[in-house]
Amino acid sequence: MEPIAYTAANGWLGTFWLLPAIPLASAAVLLLLGKRADRWGHWLGVLSVATSFVLGLTYFFTLRGLENRSGVELKLWDYIGVGDFKVDLGLLFDPLSAMFVLLITGVGSLIHLYAVGYMDHDPGRRKFFGYFNLFVAAMLLLVLGNNYVMLYFGWEGVGLASYLLISFWYLKPSAATAGKKAFLMNRVGDAGFAIAIFMMFAYLGTVDYAEVFNGVHKLSSGVVLVMALLLLLGAAGKSGQFPLQAWLPDAMEGPTPVSALIHAATMVTAGVYLIARSHPIFDANSTAQTVVVAVGALTLLMGCIIGAAKDDIKRVLAWSTVSQIGYMFLGVGLGGAAYALALIHLLAHGFFKAGMFLGAGSVMHGMHDQVDIRRFGGLWKYMKITWVTFGLGWLAIIGFPGLSGFFSKEPIIVAAFEREGWTAWLFGGAALLGAGLTAFYMTRLFWLTFHGPERWTDDIRHPHESPKIMTIPLILLALGSVGAGYLLSTSVPEWLTPVYGSEHTEHEPVMSHTVITILSLVMTFAGAGLAIALFNKGTALAEQPAGPLVVAARKNLYTDSFNEAVFEAPGRYLTRALVYIDNRGIDGLVNGLAAGVGGGSGRLRRAQTGFVRSYALSILGGAVLVVAAMLAVTFG
Amino acid sequence: MSSFPYLTVLTVAPLVGAAGIAFLPKDKPELAKRAAFGWSLLILALTVGLWLQFKPTGERFQFRESYTWIPQWGAKFTFAVDGIALVMIALIALLVPLVVLASWHDADKSKRSVPAYFALLLALEATMIGVFAAQDVFLFYVFFEVMLVPMYFLIGSYGGHQKQYAAVKFFLYSLVGGLFMLAAVVGLWVLGGHTFDWPTLLSADFGVNAERWLFLGFFLAFAIKAPFFPFHTWLPDAGGAAQAGSAALLVGVMDKVGTFGILRYCLPLFPNASKHFAWLGLTLALVGIVYGALVAIGQQDLKRLVSYTSIAHFGFIGIGIFAFTTQAGTGAVLYMVNHGLATGLLFLVVGMLVSRRGSALVSDFGGAGKLVPVLAGVFFIAGLASLALPGTSPFVSEFLVLIGTFTVNKTVAVIATAGIILAAGYVLWMIQRTTQGTTNPKLLEIKAMSRDLSLREAAVVTPLIALILVLGFYPKPVIDVINPAIKATMSDMHVTDPKATAGTVEAGK
Repeated sequence: MEPIAYTAANGWLGTFWLLPAIPLASAAVLLLLGKRADRWGHWLGVLSVATSFVLGLTYFFTLRGLENRSGVELKLWDYIGVGDFKVDLGLLFDPLSAMFVLLITGVGSLIHLYAVGYMDHDPGRRKFFGYFNLFVAAMLLLVLGNNYVMLYFGWEGVGLASYLLISFWYLKPSAATAGKKAFLMNRVGDAGFAIAIFMMFAYLGTVDYAEVFNGVHKLSSGVVLVMALLLLLGAAGKSGQFPLQAWLPDAMEGPTPVSALIHAATMVTAGVYLIARSHPIFDANSTAQTVVVAVGALTLLMGCIIGAAKDDIKRVLAWSTVSQIGYMFLGVGLGGAAYALALIHLLAHGFFKAGMFLGAGSVMHGMHDQVDIRRFGGLWKYMKITWVTFGLGWLAIIGFPGLSGFFSKEPIIVAAFEREGWTAWLFGGAALLGAGLTAFYMTRLFWLTFHGPERWTDDIRHPHESPKIMTIPLILLALGSVGAGYLLSTSVPEWLTPVYGSEHTEHEPVMSHTVITILSLVMTFAGAGLAIALFNKGTALAEQPAGPLVVAARKNLYTDSFNEAVFEAPGRYLTRALVYIDNRGIDGLVNGLAAGVGGGSGRLRRAQTGFVRSYALSILGGAVLVVAAMLAVTFG
Repeated sequence: MSSFPYLTVLTVAPLVGAAGIAFLPKDKPELAKRAAFGWSLLILALTVGLWLQFKPTGERFQFRESYTWIPQWGAKFTFAVDGIALVMIALIALLVPLVVLASWHDADKSKRSVPAYFALLLALEATMIGVFAAQDVFLFYVFFEVMLVPMYFLIGSYGGHQKQYAAVKFFLYSLVGGLFMLAAVVGLWVLGGHTFDWPTLLSADFGVNAERWLFLGFFLAFAIKAPFFPFHTWLPDAGGAAQAGSAALLVGVMDKVGTFGILRYCLPLFPNASKHFAWLGLTLALVGIVYGALVAIGQQDLKRLVSYTSIAHFGFIGIGIFAFTTQAGTGAVLYMVNHGLATGLLFLVVGMLVSRRGSALVSDFGGAGKLVPVLAGVFFIAGLASLALPGTSPFVSEFLVLIGTFTVNKTVAVIATAGIILAAGYVLWMIQRTTQGTTNPKLLEIKAMSRDLSLREAAVVTPLIALILVLGFYPKPVIDVINPAIKATMSDMHVTDPKATAGTVEAGK
């Protein structure tokens, strides 16, 4: 492979540090000024992200105009430098990060705008925008760093913002718990990620992207495998993939714009970014790639199954996110041309899932914050814009021909079938089955919400459409869901050539492309048709008894119970036991020893009544005297 | 180099201030407070001068002064600082004025004299600066012991619940450690050529066995002082009983004498013994990381909780010291500074919460963020620094310690990395139980709980938060001061950093 080399940023591109700096400055203003910024703070928040978007566009076009667009680097200052360990506060703007910049700031601007309306009545709106801006800044740092420590820096930064926003309504115990859970599960992944960085330094003496990637071929396959799996652990934590998926659905405790921006469109795709960015490491070890594919395939099915059994509109969408990111992991695990496919799906998903989350927020807005899809129904008459835009998102995600999901998900299914041997059938089959299940649960969600009989709670008379400031972002995101697929599927692979190369060895899929497409369309229509048939007449208002699979799905396939039984409960007992031992055992033992030295425990007790104090005083007095005497001798 | 006797003045001046304030009339507490604050600011200004004149690329020890003391023993008043001592002195000079400001009302409720409280704080400052500035082993020992006295009175006379028990325990533990050190100091003098001069002792050869015994004598004293597991149990008692300000100095600075002592005395003077017993240091430190964190999670008292988190942090410093690489060593010293800032802040903020609530029990809080949002926010920032989030300065030091350790001992580094998960656990659970969730109805009845951060309190926390953030993004000025001293220590020990070994080493976790 040709060595990777980035050029120094100059000219207009020399200012791309502004991208994270502007939202960071805005966050600082909003959080430091306090109440003084309450009246206008939200507009500053929107403006800062929109400015970054416009700047991002200019940098994008500047990069596109360059002859060598492999990427430009910018070193801001020495961050850490001890011995051979040198880390710059350095940034990289290359085709991959440029794509993420546009997604983060573009979709981010729309969601910020929407949040102005959504958070209108919340007394903490200014603080909300402060945190929201902080998130955008950290996310931009994450994708713009030129070394793994910067990536880790941004990675933890988005984790902080995510925590703050999940537990935004922190007086609600469930929100506080959900925030903590997210942070802790992420930290498990982060620990793995950190160890991977330690390995890079220990084996390659560097943490810079270019030097790490160029040195991978020198490493033994065992080292590469461990490094890749540790990176995967980090990625799984951030992206809600098995086995670290449990925090993501709980994260829906946060305000809906947060769910849309952080827990659907951007932050949770950081794991995909990490793997896509580290592609030379994963490409160097096929076992690692297979594990990534397996994690993706398993998670995408889990997400579908659990999503089909949930009744909370945001939780269904959350499990759908888990599942769709599973598709992306599947894609980046396949490697080669599939990197671009996964990233296309990531972008398309950013549009349609953000749109649907905001649509869900719009529904809740009109329905007194109701989230139970069993208590919706027939809403299409009352909120037409929400209905149409959500509908387009729905068609996009299930892969309806012509919409973006069709162009982004279907090629991943085909790519899975291009693997060699039985794994083609296993992973291709999982992806295909997922397509059918996705169509089922998304149609169930859509139909129960907008169609069928009205099953509202008694306090709701007239559901209303949301104000323009909320519907305009909905419309724009829906346009993206419709159009982006085709545009992206043709332009992204070309745009990413400097990163992934243009030469990919083509395997023939085990079935012909046409057969796979037909099969996936059949699955999709069957899933959607079944859901419409089942739920056209509405559904029961309370949970019904069900078979073992549905019960298991309602309980998240027992993954939470597993964590509770294997990690949390033993952890609690261990902590209690250690506190007990520390108070009795160790303290007692060492106290006893100390007392022995001091001449029996009786004296220790007596000592407390004044003996030691006089002793201490005499030491002080003696020391002062000695020092004074010596000084007198010296200077006298 | 300037000929101004910085180190002598820095050691003596706080003592002079303390003496002056101690003689102020008891009925003029306000005057004593202002005098103490003003005096400590002067010391800080002087320290800034010291910092600016220190040349990071210059000689290892700078500002050396030496005066005759006990000629028969060869003990001298010798002061000199390397980068490690310099950053610790700077930390002290910075923290003391903030602690004075934070402790403004702490002594009011006590039956004891208010001026004496502030005099003790300054006396403590004098002894702490002295212990870091000493380059004569006997002088160091004297400061090491005398330092206990002001802290003993700060805890025992002005502390809270169980103050007498805690103060005595603190005193006895340290004294016992000190006795072992005294024995080792005497041994050092006998075997090292009848001198206490550190640079002279550096080239002494003690023989294998003697070196090991000497090492153990010093190490035990420092392990109790730091404290390392299993000598830690005095710390939660002392930290829990002391006023928040004294606790911040106790945990933030004074305990670092232990880790500083290992770096200054054990490693360079007994290099072979240090390597021989490295496993012991690493094991105790590693157990401390995991054990301290787990026990912290289970604490019911905020001040004890913070004390236990410090035991975990001292574990990180410990593995950084005993890994013997420049990254880990520099990280360990940086950790000492950052821990002083972060845990200092945490203790002071906890103090602000406790003084409002009149209780340090976690269960007496709950949902406090609703009543005191700014204070809760500061508490959260202190927590983030404590869990070493990137952007706060402790991240840099923790990362350096771990990456430097990983290059030589993967098992230790990997287990220690698990500590970062536990750290998130104890911090976030503490935050959740105190400031988040349903507001504890009892808090609503307490008038003080409705007062958010006062101007005085803001003046205490702002410089600390600012430093934590600035050094979180740009730690270079401090790293550049510490690094040469660590390099010199490593060369005293004849160790060098391992080279990156691509391809030749099989995967090992």
